[in-house]
Amino acid sequence: MNERTADESHLLTVNGLTVEYWTRRGKIRAVENASLTLDKQETLGVVGESGSGKSTLGMSLIRLVPYPGRIVSGDINLEGQNIRKMKDEEMRDIRGRRISYVFQDPMTSLNPVEKIKDHFVELIQTHEPKVSKAQALERANQLFRDVGIQQERINDYPHQLSGGMRQRVMIALALALNPSVIIADEPTTALDVVVQAKILDLLNTLRDRYGMALILITHDLSIVLQRSDKIIVMYAGRIVEYASSVDLYSSTQHPYSQGLLKSIPNIELLDQKLEAIEGSPPDLLNPPKGCRFWPRCSFAMPECRIEEPPLFETKKNHLVRCYLYKDETNDQ
Amino acid sequence: MKKPVRKRSSFSNQLLKIGSLSKRGLAGWLIIVGAILVIAIIVMTAVSPWIRPYDPIAINVGPILAPPSYQHLFGTNDLGQDVFSRVLSGGGVMLQVSLLSVIVCLAIGVPLGLFASYAGGVPDRVVGLVMDSLYAFPGLVLAIAIASTLGRGVINMALSIAVVYIPSYFRVIRSQVLSIKETSYIEAADAIGARNRTILSRYVLPNIVPSIVVVATVNFADAILTAAGLTFIGLGVPVTVPDWGLDLTSGRRLLTSGAWWVIGYPGLMIILLALGFTLMGEGLSELLNPRLEQ
Amino acid sequence: MTSDEILRVEHLKKYFPVEKGFLERLLTTSRRFVKAVDDVSFSINKGEVFSLVGESGCGKSTTGRLVVRLIEPTSGQVFFDQQNITEIEKGAFREYRRKLQIIFQDPYASLNPRMKVGQAVGHPLEIHHLEKGDEERKKVMEILQRVGLTPPEQFINLYPHQLSGGQRQRIAMARSLILNPEFIVADEPVSMIDVSLRTTIIDLMLELRKEFDLTYLFITHDLAIAKYISNRIAIMYLGKIVEMGDKNEIFSNPMHPYTQALMSSIPVPNPERRREAIELKGEVSSAIDIPKGCRFNPRCPYADEKCRTTEPELIPVKPDHFIACLKAEVK
Repeated sequence: MNERTADESHLLTVNGLTVEYWTRRGKIRAVENASLTLDKQETLGVVGESGSGKSTLGMSLIRLVPYPGRIVSGDINLEGQNIRKMKDEEMRDIRGRRISYVFQDPMTSLNPVEKIKDHFVELIQTHEPKVSKAQALERANQLFRDVGIQQERINDYPHQLSGGMRQRVMIALALALNPSVIIADEPTTALDVVVQAKILDLLNTLRDRYGMALILITHDLSIVLQRSDKIIVMYAGRIVEYASSVDLYSSTQHPYSQGLLKSIPNIELLDQKLEAIEGSPPDLLNPPKGCRFWPRCSFAMPECRIEEPPLFETKKNHLVRCYLYKDETNDQ
Repeated sequence: MKKPVRKRSSFSNQLLKIGSLSKRGLAGWLIIVGAILVIAIIVMTAVSPWIRPYDPIAINVGPILAPPSYQHLFGTNDLGQDVFSRVLSGGGVMLQVSLLSVIVCLAIGVPLGLFASYAGGVPDRVVGLVMDSLYAFPGLVLAIAIASTLGRGVINMALSIAVVYIPSYFRVIRSQVLSIKETSYIEAADAIGARNRTILSRYVLPNIVPSIVVVATVNFADAILTAAGLTFIGLGVPVTVPDWGLDLTSGRRLLTSGAWWVIGYPGLMIILLALGFTLMGEGLSELLNPRLEQ
Repeated sequence: MTSDEILRVEHLKKYFPVEKGFLERLLTTSRRFVKAVDDVSFSINKGEVFSLVGESGCGKSTTGRLVVRLIEPTSGQVFFDQQNITEIEKGAFREYRRKLQIIFQDPYASLNPRMKVGQAVGHPLEIHHLEKGDEERKKVMEILQRVGLTPPEQFINLYPHQLSGGQRQRIAMARSLILNPEFIVADEPVSMIDVSLRTTIIDLMLELRKEFDLTYLFITHDLAIAKYISNRIAIMYLGKIVEMGDKNEIFSNPMHPYTQALMSSIPVPNPERRREAIELKGEVSSAIDIPKGCRFNPRCPYADEKCRTTEPELIPVKPDHFIACLKAEVK
């Protein structure tokens, strides 16, 4: 994480990514100066609430930020290649093949007039024209086995499948070309809790089986704490804390992360006292000066209102964007 | 916390609204340009008795079919009438007809649309059927049919146009009402005990006003063209009233003799007036349609 | 029926007819229904928070709307304060709207976009011919203050789109409270609000309960929130209640396989607690083709022949612990 250069040892390196939306009412910095690394067989959880920029971050990794958004600066290196600088055709080839995306809403992401099998054939043949239809279908069948759907369903139309199955189809499509990285954006919001657990288990199983890396984007802190290796906490477009899930839980440092943790009901605790975070997320058109969280922070100090804190490394691989820790930087 | 809006005087509020329109991009400019056109024509028609050089219906005020000149800026027609004076005064009928037709449409179409589509079931089906049948007719044909039954005159023209246009109001209102009916705030209004008529007037109507306004502006534009059409075939106003539509009729005959100004200028005015309303309608529609923003 | 009881629901059913396609309409005469609520009975005591929990499509929201008569039941009765309110004529029922209120899930859709906050919150008073003019304004300010929107003068002239989700939800609450109701149905009131802000709204609801002497029917899919806020809880599956009772009892001793599976699947904010989620086969069946026998049988790990033919009744296995499962006694 300290290396600010393209590094071949990490599967995915992001440095200083900034994404803005140029709307009629003004410029919105949805993501500012985000950096992260991801290795094989790692699950990275990106957690944040509305306006945090987590979805924008995800979409910028495959360069699909919707209009009027644009990536303004930063590098994205996938397996040593700078994908931010790529031409559109090259990027189209990478998308789906080396890095793929599972969208939030399976209902609107599948083509209602195409059978499921056609989705697969189209996807595979677009990226690998030499593959025959039969071979593509064979691969699709294998994927169906992987994600746990019955083979016959491949002949169905999307509306004939349930929500959970559609989500599985999306995951199978994301896997079809053996990508190195899968980004799942709120993969379980539309599903019930029991199916949700199954889908999340599935993602991790497949990650292990195929040696991929997984990025889980969600607002649900419980999910990332239980299922990711490391976690990025985002607030108002900034990464405010970056740590392994164990570290984030046992030594939560950023006041926002602490507040978040204290506001989630834990079903295993008796008589839990929940605490809310005062105030509400900032207007991104007019964010507060200094640290974006200070208006809601019970630890706010004078310096917080003047300039935004940088990320301090308090121990190995635990970073926090807060002046409370400015003297605790770990010297490596 | 959001900051409160400080009260300003209503006049400066109005100016601010106009000022802010120009910031709304293309849509704002369309509205401004359209409004300027329309207002200019209205003003021109209103002050015409004082600024026109000749009496518009007086014949032989100049040579017959004289081309535009210093004495007759737009030339004269085959009756020796001054075209410029007729152009200045000729918009009155069209403006009245379109205004009247819009008023009739609003008075009948809006309540009909609101009640029938909110009630649903049989009333909705029946009224819908009637409206669809009317809508299926080509507008001008229907207008002609009704006008020839009713006779000439401003009021009858307005009524024929209104009948043709009410179905459009109904359709737009119906689709809006149907989608609003399903929203939570209507359920909430029900839950606090509001009667249906209160729900319609305070919860549904205010939310469909934007679309009604858009339809009304298109109605204006269409009415003008239909009025011209009706007059063109003789179902309009008697010749004692200056009217652009009448000029079109006579002007058409004279095109072959090369007197382009007789039909040209009145025709241009009709186009400009209809254009003004259309631009306003387009701009309003663009502005008032919900757009997804990040 | 105890005197403590403020609401009782008996055998409530709501079936929605399924629209038939053109050909179907010609060729068949049978009607199909979405059995959204299929024989639900429960009672709520004064001052309680009773949670109705279940996944989407289980019928909990429909039940909530039936209780306040936003929709009419296909069959069954609702008793409020010992009065049978299902039999009352629509017009006469308006009176009851003062006592039975509802808060909706979507704060962005439950406020009239063209009504200022002050007008929206004060409207119930006008409808019921209560305070007007200055008196009305005074009451509106009071109630806005009470739901935490201070200073109230700042808010009365704003339109909903100028406010955040949390603020809008408070306005919705103010609107419901201004009539001084006794009973409020809260339909997923925080599921569309940011996680860090949910507690403020929930705590507000609890405070208001004390102050206004309220009873809540709290509808949610989130078992963890239900655990935090309720006194008693009922779990619904495909239109029926499968388990119901005192909250602590149910959470420490869930007996229905569905409840057990739900509880084990809920993620816990603790990386060291890798929970063993109970797997359920398949997914929730459609509410149009409800499985014969116990409707949960296709997914139940314990289902046998009897489960496929007989529908279980909701029976008490302990004081205030009810369960609808043929294997209840055996456990």
